[in-house]
Amino acid sequence: MSAPLHGLAAEFLEAAEVLVAARHAREAGYRAMDAYTPFPVEGLAEEVGLARTGVPLAFLVGGLVGGSLAFLMQSYAAIWDYPLNVGGRPLFSWPSFVPITFELTVLFGSLCGVLSMLALNGLPRLHHPIFNLPHFAERSHSRFYLCIKAQDPLFRPQETRHFLEGQHPAAIWEVPT
Amino acid sequence: MNGSGPDFEALNAQISDAVLKRPLERRWLAGFLVAFALLVLLNIAIGWLLIRGVGIWGVNIPVAWGFAIVNFVWWIGIGHAGTFISAILLLLHQHWRTSINRFSEAMTLFAVACAGIYPLLHLGRPWIFYWLLPYPDTMRLWPQWRSPLVWDVFAVSTYFTVSLVFWYVGLLPDLATMRDRAVRPWLRRLYGLGALGWRGSARHWQRYEMAYLLLAGLATPLVLSVHSVVSFDFAVAIVPGWHSTIFPPYFVAGAIFSGFAMVLTLVIPVRALYGLKNLITTRHLENSAKVMLATGLIVAHGYLNEHFMAWYSDDPAEEFLAFNRAFGPYGFVFWMVMACNVAIPQALWSKHIRRSPLALFLIAIAINVGMWAERYMIVVGSLHRDYLPSSWGMFHPTFWDWATYLGTFGLFFTLLLLFIRLLPMIAMAELRKDVSEGVHK
Repeated sequence: MSAPLHGLAAEFLEAAEVLVAARHAREAGYRAMDAYTPFPVEGLAEEVGLARTGVPLAFLVGGLVGGSLAFLMQSYAAIWDYPLNVGGRPLFSWPSFVPITFELTVLFGSLCGVLSMLALNGLPRLHHPIFNLPHFAERSHSRFYLCIKAQDPLFRPQETRHFLEGQHPAAIWEVPT
Repeated sequence: MNGSGPDFEALNAQISDAVLKRPLERRWLAGFLVAFALLVLLNIAIGWLLIRGVGIWGVNIPVAWGFAIVNFVWWIGIGHAGTFISAILLLLHQHWRTSINRFSEAMTLFAVACAGIYPLLHLGRPWIFYWLLPYPDTMRLWPQWRSPLVWDVFAVSTYFTVSLVFWYVGLLPDLATMRDRAVRPWLRRLYGLGALGWRGSARHWQRYEMAYLLLAGLATPLVLSVHSVVSFDFAVAIVPGWHSTIFPPYFVAGAIFSGFAMVLTLVIPVRALYGLKNLITTRHLENSAKVMLATGLIVAHGYLNEHFMAWYSDDPAEEFLAFNRAFGPYGFVFWMVMACNVAIPQALWSKHIRRSPLALFLIAIAINVGMWAERYMIVVGSLHRDYLPSSWGMFHPTFWDWATYLGTFGLFFTLLLLFIRLLPMIAMAELRKDVSEGVHK
């Protein structure tokens, strides 16, 4: 009778409540879930199933690539491609290459890190089923949601609704796809 | 419906309504028209410069660097406070930064935009500025890696790009709030495009926080390096008064000093005009004043160090420079610097003054003027009389020098007023978090 479900969402008024609810859901065996909050809540991402992120590695790799590129570019130009004999001073004047190497390390690290953060988050993605939750747009910046997805193997419409009611939310919503 | 938690909805409303619900006000429009007129003046000044050449400015031999470099260093210095507030205060867990970081980051971007014009314009042939970049060209040329002027190109470009990225990443959740609160459909779409579909997923927040923290970690040494590289423009030269190892820390401290002064100059009127006094409180102003006092003392130490080294070096050119700065034809600039940067900021020791917005506003303006005068003193003061007396000369700014400088104010305030009108001035998501954890105010 009802539209195909993306999941069931419980709405809470405080950060601590959604954290406790997520922990209980994890202990009950639910795995396919997500929480939606107006600001980051410490510990919540682990409860909904995110272990580690690849973001720090992206920053590191980007920085190393940028730094190497900068240093090698300057060395190549100064020693082989466009050597300038300035009073017989050494061509491999590496201390003078440090400022540009540092700047490009920061630049490449930042860009690579931020782009990979967006890519890992799947952004830009202008639509997502959670936006079908009634009043999500107005309330997602002041309320906290825990959504258990219908694709979870333990999901049953009645039992999951009963479980969420046990977390004492302000409201429970059905999220159509 | 208000549960037992903090009232996030009121917070969201107060900050986003400044953009979404305020009508076009006459005083905003008046300010914008003045700023835009100055921007037009900037365009005319740049156009005339490109047509006639750098001779329309007051530069000559020996003073081959004039307003262009003074204003470049002044604007870049102002930009540094924004990054200090965003990145360094974040890493130091100074939660009071949250009310002012969005505004200061925007100020940084606009200040760096103004600064970045000058290194291009002061070239003899600005239209071939791209020769400073390492690109494959038919002449098989490379930039001169050993020159601080080339280091500047990379430093300022990196600084602008990373500041822009940092600002945008911070804006993402707030753009989502604007998207959801905007009423007009085309406005919702615009904010929605900018927000990239942000929905506040806990997984996303985790990666986001990690990226934001790492950006802050990278931006911190960046802000120290950029103004150090700018100081190298002077320090690697052998001109008396320039060739000093105190320059990098002295310039960086001076940048944060003048930057906080500009933040206060802007934030004090804005918080009154936009009803934000409960979010940008006297505590925030007082803390900014403390940072200003601390960096002002470091700058004062820089002046002391320069004079000590001039005496200790036993070098007649350095000794003459120290004397000429205070008692030569540009002596009035030196005394203005001492008054504005050393004497007046000592008033900030008083708690009463630190908590008075009017006093802070006046002191901040004095500091901004003093820091401009300091760069003038460094550039013109050293160049006009160096080693060879037969080469000594004077520098007199022309109408076009002033027109270009005032024009950059036009660019800065045009962008700032647009920012106030179109984007949330305070970081809503970060503020919600601080309020929830009870660390705000």
